Amino acid sequence: MSAEDGDTPGVIKRFLFVNRKAPYGTIYALEALEVVLISAAFDQDVSLAFLDDGVYQVLAGNDPSGIGMKNFSPTYRALDDYDITKLYVERESLQERGLPEDGFVVPVSVVSRAEMAAIMSQQDVVLSF
Amino acid sequence: MKIGILVNEGPYTHQASDSAYQFAVAALKAGHKVTRVFFYHDGVYNGSSLTEPPRDDRLIVERWGKLAAQYEVDLVVCVAAALRRGIREQNLAEGFRISGLGQLVEAGIQNDRLVVFGD
Repeated sequence: MSAEDGDTPGVIKRFLFVNRKAPYGTIYALEALEVVLISAAFDQDVSLAFLDDGVYQVLAGNDPSGIGMKNFSPTYRALDDYDITKLYVERESLQERGLPEDGFVVPVSVVSRAEMAAIMSQQDVVLSF
Repeated sequence: MKIGILVNEGPYTHQASDSAYQFAVAALKAGHKVTRVFFYHDGVYNGSSLTEPPRDDRLIVERWGKLAAQYEVDLVVCVAAALRRGIREQNLAEGFRISGLGQLVEAGIQNDRLVVFGD
């Protein structure tokens, strides 16, 4: 994968992709993941945050075959190949949904809402999906 | 200040497109530069030339084009999102162009701010 025309060599910004929607039911999660993969071609400092219903995106055991959707959970495992390893899941979002703090498809850091706010404040570019 | 804008929702259904436009106008009038508006998800419908609202309604697609012409704003519709939704060169409104997601990442890199309008 190569960066498109107009790439600015040398500039490295901190990008945070905030995922707030459930993986299925709307296309937001899938299309957000497509942006994340493209961003890897630009050699930026990329992090992902999962909060609200977005926490369901990285839960293990998703099986959308019954609704005729392709399971894109394996794509999260490919992020490591693109050196995207900073994945943050908000603890309060898990608790509010009665979900445990383990059993994810990829290694993630579970952080508090306050820690998530601090992570967001450290970014140059925050994209919310 | 150099500003990039991301629009994630379609026109008329959702306020995001109107808010993005109003923000762009306010920023430009305040002397800022809006370099690019990137349309993603259902936001790609903002670039459909087939749009025909009732006569007493605002012309969302047309006013984007006029804004782009007046202030040299780059209006980019995501190719992958557009093809999924039936937007292509043949029905792309004036002032818009179709390109890849790299243009969104680039807007994040090259601008002082990237402002997201979505659900």
